[in-house]
Amino acid sequence: MSSLDIMLWSVLPYAAIGSFVVGSIWRYRYDKFNWTTRSSQIYEGKMLRIAGPLFHLGLFAVIGGHIVGLLIPMKWTNAIGVSQEMYHVGAITMGSFAGVATLLGIALLIYRRRTTDTVFVATTKNDKTMYIFLVATLLAGSSATLSSAGVIGTEHNYRETVSPWFRSILLFRPDAALMANTPLAFRIHAVVGMLLFIIWPFTRLVHAMTAPVGYMFRPPIIYRTRDGRSVAGNRKARPGWEKVKY
Amino acid sequence: MKVMAQMGMVMNLDKCIGCHTCSVTCKQAWTNRSGLEYAWFNNVETRPGQGYPRRYEDQEKAKGGWIRTKGGRLKLKGGSKARRLLSIFSNPRMLNIKDYYEPWTYEYDNLITAPLGQQTPVARPKSLLTGKPMKIEWSANWDDDLGGGPVNIEKDPILQKLAEDVTTKVKLEFEQTFMFYLPRICEHCLNPACVAACPSGAIYKRAEDGIVLVDQQQCKGWRMCVSACPYKKIYFNHKTGKAEKCTMCYPRLEIGLPTVCAETCVGRLRYLGLFLYDADKVNGAASVENDQDLYEAQMDLLLDPDDPEVLAAARAEGMPEDWIAAAQKSPVYKLAKVYRVALPLHPEYRTMPMVWYVPPLSPIVDVLTETGHDGEEVGNLFGAIEALRIPLEYLAEMFSAGDVSVVTGTLRKLSAMRSYMRDINLGREPRAEIPEAVGMTEESIYEMYRLLAIAKYEDRYVIPAAHTEQAKELDHLGCSLDGIEGVENFGGGPFGQSSGNPVPVTIESFLMAKERQTK
Ligand code: SF4
Ligand code: SF4
Repeated sequence: MSSLDIMLWSVLPYAAIGSFVVGSIWRYRYDKFNWTTRSSQIYEGKMLRIAGPLFHLGLFAVIGGHIVGLLIPMKWTNAIGVSQEMYHVGAITMGSFAGVATLLGIALLIYRRRTTDTVFVATTKNDKTMYIFLVATLLAGSSATLSSAGVIGTEHNYRETVSPWFRSILLFRPDAALMANTPLAFRIHAVVGMLLFIIWPFTRLVHAMTAPVGYMFRPPIIYRTRDGRSVAGNRKARPGWEKVKY
Repeated sequence: MKVMAQMGMVMNLDKCIGCHTCSVTCKQAWTNRSGLEYAWFNNVETRPGQGYPRRYEDQEKAKGGWIRTKGGRLKLKGGSKARRLLSIFSNPRMLNIKDYYEPWTYEYDNLITAPLGQQTPVARPKSLLTGKPMKIEWSANWDDDLGGGPVNIEKDPILQKLAEDVTTKVKLEFEQTFMFYLPRICEHCLNPACVAACPSGAIYKRAEDGIVLVDQQQCKGWRMCVSACPYKKIYFNHKTGKAEKCTMCYPRLEIGLPTVCAETCVGRLRYLGLFLYDADKVNGAASVENDQDLYEAQMDLLLDPDDPEVLAAARAEGMPEDWIAAAQKSPVYKLAKVYRVALPLHPEYRTMPMVWYVPPLSPIVDVLTETGHDGEEVGNLFGAIEALRIPLEYLAEMFSAGDVSVVTGTLRKLSAMRSYMRDINLGREPRAEIPEAVGMTEESIYEMYRLLAIAKYEDRYVIPAAHTEQAKELDHLGCSLDGIEGVENFGGGPFGQSSGNPVPVTIESFLMAKERQTK
């Protein structure tokens, strides 16, 4: 195991987590005004109508897949009688659908961004950098999926290498050796992904962290006093819902 | 009963000359920044016409406002909360910039830098969005003064709503029969659809005066409010990625000054004052079954500021005495509820709008005069109001969900006022039967005349100053002079336009003015 391995698999992960957490907190406090989707829908809506949902919903599936694949140890799935074969087939099928949707989505989004004058002009350098990392992560991730299935290179069971490594990071007992010998696609995907998390708080991607789930639980009309206190409005939230502070 | 105060506005449409002064001064005060070039917090549209943004009254497209479900509950026309969250990646109802217009400037530079040549240099229009040359095809008031004629006017959603035969008639007659101007700002609704649609909870109603504002820090650019407002009075700032709207000039109101649009109005037709209303009843009033009952339901919300019970409840809520006194002197309450001559715009959207309109009588007077009648004789006027079906039905579609009797009642009062006052002005014996015919007394019709026709500054604007002891700190006080240095990079922080801590609006416009003047 080289010192590069240590850097990549034991140090970089914490740098990524650190930048992501500290950067987000800092930006939320210092730069809340720029914390926005910077939507370009007012310029162009037709392509976005397809590309927006395709990309985002695809991405949700991809994230769900990562959560299952990385966080749930193989022992657990074995214990409930899911064989490696079954798991593999399931993951590959669902993963392919999600991956293809996400990639098609982002391809269309980028095409739209490049070909619609108004949207292109509104694209900042920051956005372009972000797109490079995002697309690189997605492409590397897709090829990792293909390589785990043995379509390129030899078949690889990431649940014996990448997943335990990921959990070792979360448990603050980094085990770089687990990653050192995985197929190249996995290593590239992990590194680019970590870089993406490093720049995340400083790009428009921040909007994902304020996904408005609280909306479901608040009363429709909000009143505030001039000093910012909320006051009881004329309408109650539906019974059973907790009052959300705004 | 929960008594709350609402700052409201009344506009007397008879007096609007369509000069757009209000729009221009509003723009200078609030939207002369990039990202909002296309936005007019105050706009003046010619009716009949498509309005701004184009055909905003067609709720089948953008699905603004509320609807009543079969079960009698209120629901946003745009769909349920869950549905809104699911469509967050691309709001299917979102307006396109072309629905407003593509903002542009001219290459003035070319006029002085063009090389010597055969042709006179011209300043070509250039898009403010792409920087490329563009063809100007629409604007905020492209069909001003019925410009473009029947081709544009045909697309007026209200005309289309009226029965087919009426439309044809209007098409044939509109040049002679009627045209009026409709200045519009945000309605600062009692039941605002924009607030309910905002996933981030960034839009709110101020508890003290009911002004609806967007919290610029909390807005995350989900743009649901843009389509949810049936009046299309929320604008998406395409540079900052946040929603912005009419603020009712709250920094001015807080120190007792009228809004910029009202202060500069050439026709002096705007009135500002307080309504007291029962906040507990808003939901019920907004969900009455029949669209045409909404006007009365909205009237029922407005409380009599001289009723001892109301006063006791207001004091129990902690309403300051000078606010109560202002509510008692409120010109908007008088016009809307006492005289009942001001009507809400499109009550059928169920947002309980708080900018009211005195519908115009002039189109009718004009017809009478043109056809050789005495346009101010009460008998002629009453007769004409009954006979001139088209303008009336059109006005009714705008101000009373199609109920012609409401608009007729209002116009009869205005006619009665004209005729009654003419006798006085000409030194004739005043005729008490004229006010009686419209259910008013000689005194009340005279008072209404003073308010509508003489319209003294202090009668038009009754604005109680804000109570600083209520607010922990005012917007302005939070910012020291160091802050001013700190905002010099407004327009280009590390994350694009205006990153960093927000700058109070007054300081922001001060800095921008300074920059313009010293360059
Ligand atoms: S008119 Fe104003 S308060 Fe009413 S829904 Fe529209 S933006 Fe909101
Ligand atoms: S300034 Fe007054 S008169 Fe002129 S367009 Fe505006 S509302 Fe009408």
